[in-house]
Amino acid sequence: MQKLLEQSLDWVDARYPVKKVWDEHLAKYYAPKNFNFLYYFGSLALVILVIQIVSGIFLTMHYKPDANMAFASVEYIMRDVEWGWLIRYMHSTGASFFFIVVYMHMYRGLIYGSYRGPRELLWIVGMVIFVTLMAEAFMGYLLPWGNMSYWGAQVIISLFGAIPFIGDWLAEFIRGDFVIADATLNRFFALHVAALPLVLVGLVFAHLVALHKVGSNNPDGIEIKQNKGPDGIPVDGIPFHPYYTVKDIMATVFFLILFAAVMFFVPELGGWFLEHDNFMPANVLQTPPEIVPLWYFTPYYSILRATTTDMIYVLYGVTVAMAILTVISVKDIRAKGATVVVAAVVLVALNILQPKLWGVILMGSSLMVFFGLPWLDRSPVKSIRYRGWMFKTALTIFIVSFFVLGFLGTQPATGLNTRIAMVGTVLYFLFFLLMPWYTTFDKTKPLPERVTE
Amino acid sequence: MIKKIIIVLLLSVPALGLAAGNNLKLDSVDIDLSDKASLQRGARTFINYCLSCHSAGYMRYNRMGKDLGISDELVSGNLLFAADKIGDLMKAVMPAEDAKKAFGTVPPDLTLVTRSRGPEWFYTYMRSFYRDESSASGWNNVVFPDVAMPHVLYSWQGEQRAIFKEHEGRRVFDRFEVGSSGSMSEEVYTDTMRDLTNFMVYLGEPAKLVRYRIGTYVIIFLLIFLFVAYLLKKEFWKDVH
Repeated sequence: MQKLLEQSLDWVDARYPVKKVWDEHLAKYYAPKNFNFLYYFGSLALVILVIQIVSGIFLTMHYKPDANMAFASVEYIMRDVEWGWLIRYMHSTGASFFFIVVYMHMYRGLIYGSYRGPRELLWIVGMVIFVTLMAEAFMGYLLPWGNMSYWGAQVIISLFGAIPFIGDWLAEFIRGDFVIADATLNRFFALHVAALPLVLVGLVFAHLVALHKVGSNNPDGIEIKQNKGPDGIPVDGIPFHPYYTVKDIMATVFFLILFAAVMFFVPELGGWFLEHDNFMPANVLQTPPEIVPLWYFTPYYSILRATTTDMIYVLYGVTVAMAILTVISVKDIRAKGATVVVAAVVLVALNILQPKLWGVILMGSSLMVFFGLPWLDRSPVKSIRYRGWMFKTALTIFIVSFFVLGFLGTQPATGLNTRIAMVGTVLYFLFFLLMPWYTTFDKTKPLPERVTE
Repeated sequence: MIKKIIIVLLLSVPALGLAAGNNLKLDSVDIDLSDKASLQRGARTFINYCLSCHSAGYMRYNRMGKDLGISDELVSGNLLFAADKIGDLMKAVMPAEDAKKAFGTVPPDLTLVTRSRGPEWFYTYMRSFYRDESSASGWNNVVFPDVAMPHVLYSWQGEQRAIFKEHEGRRVFDRFEVGSSGSMSEEVYTDTMRDLTNFMVYLGEPAKLVRYRIGTYVIIFLLIFLFVAYLLKKEFWKDVH
């Protein structure tokens, strides 16, 4: 039996690089031995991706992407399909958990400098995954055809209408109709179940290829490949399999306990994971009292709503201040000139374009700035463990702003809330815009030779 | 500037209206889906009264019977007014067009009302009708001002009048005063509405009957799995220093 198995494996291996792939990516992929709990979230994101794909396939077997049938088909799944309620809750709980896990994964990258060279591409692919995931979640949210699904999509797609000249045409092109309608539901369904999952899986593959090319970062932010033993193996590295496979299995089971606790006991999580207004079917004539996206979109939604006419004045100030700071700091005369030109263009644009469009631009920029992180960070060290007070303070302010914006996104946009959201928006962006300065001037601690416990 | 103020005021009008409705304290209700007798009483009230005008169009009669321990024969014989087959969806007896003529609006489907508005809302709403000669139906409701629905169960509850008071320049609900009593005492009517609310929570999500129990087993299994996975990890990691 043993012999037969070995022979079969040899037969396959002669035609397909099974052993090579196994070794390169698992048995002889050396990962730093000092991973802490924040390093579980990469594997967990993969687990969730599988949960979403499998539960999604079963939902697709019973769901009807038709404006007249969609809402009822979800209730049909909840009642008449065997275990349908479990599949549906798995998918809805999975959506929110996906974002929790991905946010933790990004936070890990942020504090340990995993975006720094040589991992720039790894970070960029990761950010593209994040943006794709947001599109995937947004389109999936329309499918139950509840009233919040409907009005949420209506609000977000109408944002495209703010783009000059082509805006209205573009919004109509996306919807396939003058309002959110059956055509929109059908194309969102196609994108949600076929196009975007394919893109996501492809990107995740690219993310892993990039990771295994450059190797994992670690909480100390030092390169284990620079310290190899006589056998050519990093002295601080351990093979991913079996060490991290068994450790990740443990973490996955722990994660599944939390997942099951929500899925079985509080699938709505008090309206945070499933909104109350979405238990009413889409109604063109009845706007919900507050149109609120699900929690994972609220920080960006807050930035969008904070961009009022008053915010334009704040943006003038920020633009001028950043321009002056840049002109003083750069040596090259051409760079100084370029800065002035860019600032002038932005100031003119602030005068011409309407605030609604600036809201859209800022919302988009709040994601795009993440792509710039590898080049904005000028610190000689990567990990927060060896950084000084400036970075730690900036990071704390950023995280607080992110949560405050997230909370305000769920609240009515009244006077005081909008003011706080404006402050939060400015602080959110300053974390990135000022990064070249505070990471340059920040006092850092000396790096250790070997990874620490 | 003046334009801005007007816009702000206009925008805040619906918000104030909502606030008036939302400021009303909703009564908490004791939901117990393991109380089969309560669910059965609630089902009887729902099918005999509510289902005349409202649908529960995502729910089937036989599923309800199975979950609530009512045999198909009993459901067919006693509860099947608006449908032919036991496997039919629970549609309203009154056709939608007739309802529109009578009330000016189609009564909403109630399958998910406790999921969208909450059990407390439903429980308070059903006990908050009052006489209002100025409205079309002669009834009004403090939880849902100017609702088109008349007090269908008034022969049970009797008539009550709402007393309002001035508060910061607005008319707010203060308390009810009993007008004439109905066939039920206040206590019996409250219990009946509690049973009905209990049933509505079940109706909103039949899976609630099983998911807590299954969830408990799943988590117990995962805890054991976690312990084994922890031992496995510990064994392998012994040689990492």
